[in-house]
Formats: sequence, C-alpha cells, structure tokens
Amino acid sequence: MIRLLRARLRQGHRTIAFPDGPPPELPERFRGHPVFAAERCADGCAECAAACPTGALTVEPKLAVDLGACLFCGECATACPSGAVGYGRDHRLAARGRADLVVDEERAVRLATALEKKTLRLFGRSLKLRQVSAGGCNGCESEINVLSTVVWDLGRFGVQIVASPRHADGLIVTGPVTGNMRLALRKTYDAVAPPKIVVAVGACAISGGPYAGHSEAHDGADSTVPVDLYVPGCPPHPLTILDGLLRLLGRIETEPDRR
Amino acid sequence: MSAPARLTRFEAGSAVERAELPELAWGEFESALLAGVEQGHRVVGLFGAAEEHSTRLYLVLADDRGARLAAGTTAIKGESWPSLTPRCPQVHLFEREIAEQLGLRPEGHPWPRPVRRPPLAAFGGDAAAAPDGGANVGDFYRVEGTEVHEVGVGPVHAGVIEPGHFRFQCHGEQVFHLEIRLGYQHRGVERALVGGPDRRSIHYAETAAGDTTIGHATAYCEVVEALARCRPPARASALRGIALELERLANHVGDLGALAGDIGFLPTASYCGRIRGDFLNLSAEICGSRFGRGWIRPGGVGFDLDPALGERLAARLKSALADARSAIELLWETPSVMERFEGTGTVARETAAALGVTGPAARASGLDRDARRDHPSGIFRFHHIPVSLADSGDVFARAYVRWLEIQRSATFVREQLAALPRGAARVEPGELEPGRLAVALVEGWRGEICHVATTDARGRFERYEIVDPSFHNWSALEHALRGQQISDFPLCNKSFNLSYCGHDL
Repeated sequence: MIRLLRARLRQGHRTIAFPDGPPPELPERFRGHPVFAAERCADGCAECAAACPTGALTVEPKLAVDLGACLFCGECATACPSGAVGYGRDHRLAARGRADLVVDEERAVRLATALEKKTLRLFGRSLKLRQVSAGGCNGCESEINVLSTVVWDLGRFGVQIVASPRHADGLIVTGPVTGNMRLALRKTYDAVAPPKIVVAVGACAISGGPYAGHSEAHDGADSTVPVDLYVPGCPPHPLTILDGLLRLLGRIETEPDRR
Repeated sequence: MSAPARLTRFEAGSAVERAELPELAWGEFESALLAGVEQGHRVVGLFGAAEEHSTRLYLVLADDRGARLAAGTTAIKGESWPSLTPRCPQVHLFEREIAEQLGLRPEGHPWPRPVRRPPLAAFGGDAAAAPDGGANVGDFYRVEGTEVHEVGVGPVHAGVIEPGHFRFQCHGEQVFHLEIRLGYQHRGVERALVGGPDRRSIHYAETAAGDTTIGHATAYCEVVEALARCRPPARASALRGIALELERLANHVGDLGALAGDIGFLPTASYCGRIRGDFLNLSAEICGSRFGRGWIRPGGVGFDLDPALGERLAARLKSALADARSAIELLWETPSVMERFEGTGTVARETAAALGVTGPAARASGLDRDARRDHPSGIFRFHHIPVSLADSGDVFARAYVRWLEIQRSATFVREQLAALPRGAARVEPGELEPGRLAVALVEGWRGEICHVATTDARGRFERYEIVDPSFHNWSALEHALRGQQISDFPLCNKSFNLSYCGHDL
C-alpha cells in the first residue's frame, strides 16, 4: 500500500491544460501544416510531385497539397532543391469538408467549425463514439487510444469511446475501408441511432492513404458512410485529433478567417 | 548442427542468386524441410509463385544456432501437393496461404480454411463476385454436445482495436476450443510491392503493421540493401538500433499498462499509458513522428541527431525509465495482480516450438530465440543485448519477459546515444540486381519479422513476402485459451498483443 502511494506521488498530475491553457509543445521536427514558398519554385522542376508517394502534392496549376492524401512523410521537402515546400509545426489540420483539406500558399486548411445548432445541443456536452478500424494499421488506432490516457483525458470533455454502436452517437473510422471490412462498417453505422456523426481519422480513412487505388480497399470512409469530420495525418498526432473533435463540439472556436 | 544437405546456405540480411537455389524433387524438398525442423531449424518462409506450367514453392529455413538460413525450391505440377502440416504444424498457415493465393489443394491439411480472402472457388473463381465480408466464410470447428455452446466475437471489437473474428466452443465458462479467423484488414500490401521499389514501397513497409513501423521498415531496407549490394554506414546502423529499441520500449510499456487495465489494476494501467507516450515522443524528437515514420530509409536513416539532442534524449530516457520502473514493479509486488497473471493462458514449451512461435511469447515459454542474437544484422553484429527468458509460458511470463526487455533495451539505447559512430547517416543504395533472392530477419517488439524478396530480370521485385511475428503467434493464442475461462480471453489476448494488419497485409 505504501508503495502504491509512493508511486502515485511520484507519477503526479499529468493532464495537459489544453484547451484552456497552451497546447503541449511538439517536437522541433514535427511535420504539421505545410508551409510554402512558391516564389522559390522558379523552374517548375516538379521533383516534389515525383517524390510524393500518394500524389497528394500537385504543381499544376499551382503548388498545392491535399492534406487528405498527404502522409506527412516530408519526401517532397527533401526532394525540392530550392525549399519551396516544407512542413511547419502547426498541429491544426481537421476540417469538415473534403475540399477544405486542399491547401496552397494563399489558402491554409479551412479548419472545422462546430456542428449545427440542433446536433450540437445533443452532442456538445456528451459525445459517445464507436471506433471501427477498417484496414487501419494500428497507427491511428493507437493515437485515438492515447486520447483516453491521463495526459489527454478525453472524458473531461464528455467524449468517450464506447463498446457498442447502440451506445454511440457516431463512429470514429480508421483505415481505407477494406473490402473485407466494408459490410461490418456499414452494419455498425446502421446500428447507431440517428442523428449520428462520423469522424474519419488518418490519410487511409480520408483518401485510402498509401492504399489509394487498391482493389482490396475502397479509398476511405466516405466510400461507405457520410463523413462529418476529416482528421489528416499518418497517423495524426493526438493533439490534432483532439483539436478537431473540440472544434466540432464548439469547445474551440474557429476564427472566421480560418473557416 | 548443419542445415539439411542440398539447400543453399546464406546469412540473414544477404542475397543469393536465384539460379543458385537448388530445384529439388518433391521428396527431397519434403525431407529437407522435415529434417531441418527435426534438427531445430524454423520455417521462416514457405511461399509459392506461379510459373508457366507449374507452381514453384520456395522454402526458407532458419538455423538459429548456426546463424544461417537455408533455402531451396521445388516445382509442383498439377492442382495439389501433399500437405506437410500433419508432420510439421508450424507450416499450417503457410500452406493455407499457398492454397489461397495459387488455387492449389494441400492434400491432407487438417484445416484448409482461408487466411485473408474467401476461397475463390466459393464464387465460381470470380473475385469480383465475392461479397464484402471477408475471409470469415465457411464453417468453424465445432464441439458438439448438449451443454456445449458457441460464442462469436468480432470482427468489430469493444475497444479501439483492429478487427478479427474469434469463435469459442465453450462448456459453461470453460473454453474447449478457440478459432481465430482473420483477413478483415487485407489491403494487398505484398501484391502492391511487386514491381517496386517505387515511391510507395517504403510506406507499405511502414504501414504493414503501423505499430511496428521501425521493425518492418528496417526489414524492408535490409532486403533492398542486400539486393543492391549496399552497406549502410555504421552511424545509420546504430541509429536503426536505437529506433528499434525505442519502438520496443514504447510498446512493451504500453502492453504492461494494458495488461494491468485488463485485470482492473488501475495505477499501472494509467501510469504506463502515459509513459508509453514518453518513449514515443523520444522517437518523435529525432524523426518528427511518434511512430518513427520517415526515420528508416534504404541506405541508412532519414534523420540524424546532433550531440546536444542526443544528450537531451538520454536525460529523458533516464527519467521515463525511472517512471516505468515505479509503475511496473507495482505489478510484481501486488498479490492480486500475480494471482491473475500466474497460471493463466499457459503455452507449453513444446507447443510453442511446434507452432514456430516467436518473440517475447516464445521466450516466455522458455524458447531461447531472438533474431538480434541468432541472426544479427547492423548494430547487433557488434553489440549484444542479453536474451530475456522465462519458463512458465503464462501471462505472467509474457509480462515479465517484457519488463526484462524494457530494462535491457533502455541500457542499449543509452549506450548507443553516448557512443554514436561518426560519419554519414545515409548512402545511396543504388539499383537492385536482377535474378536474386534476399531475406531479412529483424527482431521487432512482437518477435521476428521476416521479409523475403526476389527480383526479376530487370531488378524489380518479382515477389515480396512479409511474415509478421503475428502470423506464427496467433495460433499460440488459440492454444493458450484451451481450458481457460472465456472471461480470461481479453487478458490472454493482451499478453500476446498481436497484429491484425501485420497478419492480413
């Protein structure tokens, strides 16, 4: 018993202050929202696009990245001889619409806004989600799991991952939706009582990620269920997922110029 | 003891000419496999490739004590081959895989069921006609009797966890038999690697089992480097070793926390949940990703570190390990924890050996095998990490082996950070040579990861085989459940913590 108490003292209080306080500091080499310097891209060599594993980065008509397909691997930045593209430390990436995820030098990601008034009244203070991995590699799944640890303490926002679709207000989907999981995903979605929401976490669930175009999978969650929130990343940092969920619930207000 | 005669011998992490591999008659192939396993060698790869009028089977055996691999091939003409599973259980899933991929029949296989896909024959050979729903078709093994009942779980599970189907045959609480049917995560990884390497290849390796990014990416790079005759610089090898051990640290700590959670021992569960993150964040300091994405690249590593960062990481490692110690040692000191861990989910040493079990699950059953020592590549040729063993084969043993490994990995990382070789961290691997076969064995946190690749006449991947440790170890979980209470399934399952996507690929 004494040892238990001693360990408890040692481990201390670990829950982060975010969103009331500042977000935890991310590593210097963290790859978040892309940063462009298109003026440096003079000769249009397109080395960046050639290096991109998923075709997320395009150079025509202008240098742009589809965050829904981006693996945040940074191969484009490595390939670019002039430093016209790179990745910053901004963790805020989640959006409500698929098209909002395409970013270029002028337009950053259009960050998620809160749910409509009626749904928000239902879910704003209590949101129960059922997780379905439909071909996920356990990267996104692990980062979702992390939100339930003492550091992130998802429960303090009334958000909880539950064990049955019958207990849930929506789904949190990972993976490109394999052919072998499509039926299970659809059945799970149908088992959630309406109104319901779907959160797609990670490049696979948004666009198929590295598995885009595979005959064994279906290029993401919206092939099978309607999606209300897209959280880019491969996998997204827990902070990115939490930021997206809190914007959806109106707990973080998205500035008008970022919508 | 030497490898069976007539097989080509080489080291893990190297390549041989395809033409050098002996083409054996079936009888020779069969006896090479059976005699090898009899001598204590393991089947690390057994796969088929369609040829014009036949199917070529490739066999790769690992001789742990001789630190060598042995490989050979045979051609199968016709639509079936005599199954070796009745005499060599560890090939049971390899044979099912061959049957599924090539439409051949393993005659005499005791349980010829799908691995990842519904059998094509069920849909008139038309893949497009197969329904969404996976490999989970057909019948399960059933125990009959008036008081026997069946419990089906999955594919969607109660937690944040990948999908799979578990079918239990029970008598009251007691499990007679568990059958695990997977395939739901099948994304076509191996198929997509054929024709590479290309810009997606490394990402397939990194996401084959995303919680083992470093392990699979290292195996992929070792295969590419062997085929290209490229030797990564010493500094890169050391950094890869650090990456591999940080991945082990994070996952082992997370697993011990999850084991505590499954028996309702909340202190360790909550502390380890956080401390796992501390280790992931160390990887992120070096490569920007908590899972090590982008860190391991052909020819070396994608990210190096400077002495100042190395010192910061060493300090953080020390404090994370001290936190882990305070959280994990509570387990062994608490009688209610030990009562739940000891004697639960026991896998006998003989069973583990027969099934070809690998990693901490094998070492917990007293099998002294660890690819870092038995088939060392990179830094592990020069720097040895003691192998951690236990003998009771139960949940306790699998937990305790992890704790031993945590301490030894932390020591290794600390030593490497203090003495990184100088020089470049990456070289250009160059083109792959045509007509070769390469095998890499990497001891990931779950166990041995095997990648086998062959190149065609243009030096592109002709065949790419990935064997995640889970491929061998899921069968051990089935055996661990025999005679257990069904309510202990979550605890037993977590004590293995196997990969679904790594199995399904």
